Amino acid sequence: MSEVVQPASLALAVSRPKTSPFDWRRAVPLLLAAPLLIYMLVFYALPVVAMLLRSVNDPTWTLSHYATLLDDVVFQKTFWITINTSVTVTLGCLILGYPVAMGLVRAKSMAPFILVVILLPFWTSVLVRSYAWMVLLGRHGLVNEALLALGMIDRPIRILNTPLATQIAMIHILLPYMILPIANALRQIDPSLIRAASGLGSTPFMTFRQVILPLSMSGVAAGTLLTFVLALGFYITPAMVGGPRDITLSMLIAQQVDQLNWAYAATLSAVLLATALAILAVARKLPGVGNAFRTSMR
Amino acid sequence: MMLGRILPASIVGLILFFLAFPIVVVAIVSFSSATYLTFPPPAFGLRWYEAYFSNPDWLKPTWVSLWVAAAVVVLATFLGTLAALGIARLPKGLRIVAASLILSPLIVPGIVVAIGIYYAYARYGLVGTPIAMVLAHTCLAVPFVVTSVTASLSGIDPRLEQAALSLGATPGATFFQVTLPLIQPGVLVGALFAFITSFDELIVALFISGTGAVTLPRRMWDDLRFQIDPTIAAVSTLTIVLTAALMGAAHLLRKRAERNRTAISSAAA
Repeated sequence: MSEVVQPASLALAVSRPKTSPFDWRRAVPLLLAAPLLIYMLVFYALPVVAMLLRSVNDPTWTLSHYATLLDDVVFQKTFWITINTSVTVTLGCLILGYPVAMGLVRAKSMAPFILVVILLPFWTSVLVRSYAWMVLLGRHGLVNEALLALGMIDRPIRILNTPLATQIAMIHILLPYMILPIANALRQIDPSLIRAASGLGSTPFMTFRQVILPLSMSGVAAGTLLTFVLALGFYITPAMVGGPRDITLSMLIAQQVDQLNWAYAATLSAVLLATALAILAVARKLPGVGNAFRTSMR
Repeated sequence: MMLGRILPASIVGLILFFLAFPIVVVAIVSFSSATYLTFPPPAFGLRWYEAYFSNPDWLKPTWVSLWVAAAVVVLATFLGTLAALGIARLPKGLRIVAASLILSPLIVPGIVVAIGIYYAYARYGLVGTPIAMVLAHTCLAVPFVVTSVTASLSGIDPRLEQAALSLGATPGATFFQVTLPLIQPGVLVGALFAFITSFDELIVALFISGTGAVTLPRRMWDDLRFQIDPTIAAVSTLTIVLTAALMGAAHLLRKRAERNRTAISSAAA
């Protein structure tokens, strides 16, 4: 046997245990994750996929269910209401959320109090918050009573069961999803940049426009996309406080399932899911958003 | 700071009022003495809490919700913690596939998840059973456990595990005596989130709770279809207090864990 070990055979000797299919240690991570992955497949993913397949295999393999959507007036009206509501709610959240995010980051002794006020509704269920708006916006609710007392109206006006009620309640529910990513982005701005801007003679408004706003855009984008995608799927709130005729895509899907119209419900579900995933796919391409998105999902 | 000049505190105050006020109103209405919904209440009393605690139609769904949530905590925390430990060490491609599957319930619209689960569970006669509620809610709760445990795993100083191994501890002993105590706050936070996720969940419950496993949110929903008497305000206030207490606990746990971690790391260094 030669004393000189060839480099090639040394490499082979070292790498052999690694490439051996019997090295159980390499399988440990997969074995740990496997129970959950199998569980999620069996009790969640495969059921959803099986349901979605009804859109293309009912009664035989066909794309006709999707084709009929093109001249389906009910679907188009519903889809438009859903998009319209989501856009309005997202804009509302942005307008109300940005100042609060700035207030939260700027506040010193008040910061814990502001955080609690933001998080308390965040931790309350959507059902309870929608119920709160039923109480406030009803015919004899606080808002009507206040408007009557102020003499702004002569008799109670209808706010509950209108699109406006849906928008107000959804803005209330989704606002924290906008505030938290923006506050995250604002917190990461180097304060010396703001001092430098004002030291160089910039007015507070110019500093905001040219320093703070551009540097917080990743948070704005993350908050906007998160809010919009969540708004697309809203079901409970529009069903509880919205108008009887202003149904969202989620409500139409539920209605079709009640009528056991599975092919149509599955087609609508596929459209809703594809819309949400398409927006997220675009979002991941934007610089900085992916990161801000992941931290805010926690 | 000069931001103050362009951003009057009153605007922020008004928006914070908008956030907090509806919750406060529900709490106040729950103590109303009136037999109908009116604000401000003519007088205060506990009649709606008495109405809740003396009515089996409310108490039974409450127990169903508590039991389902407790079972979800056990199942989701066990499966989620194991998976978080594995996923961190998977090769990149596999890790992305696994994480996408596990986190997807956060993104997929609730109604799509709900009717998919209803579609499959109905075929196997599971609809209307508490077991179905536990099985489905676990899928929705697991993302919170996995993200929470993964976050605490990524905060562990790898030198601590290496030190244990090099001092002769077996991989098992290292896990139980070093890794597990370090991720314990993350596991607890995940468990609290799992409880609340199940306890508050409505959309899946609407489809699969049937008549045999009516949960508290489902009972509230059914009640709201016919009337909005202040019993719901009392139930709502109780659930707000419960979830706020649990979430507050989770928040404090997470902060304490962050402090401990920096302390342990600097002691090890």
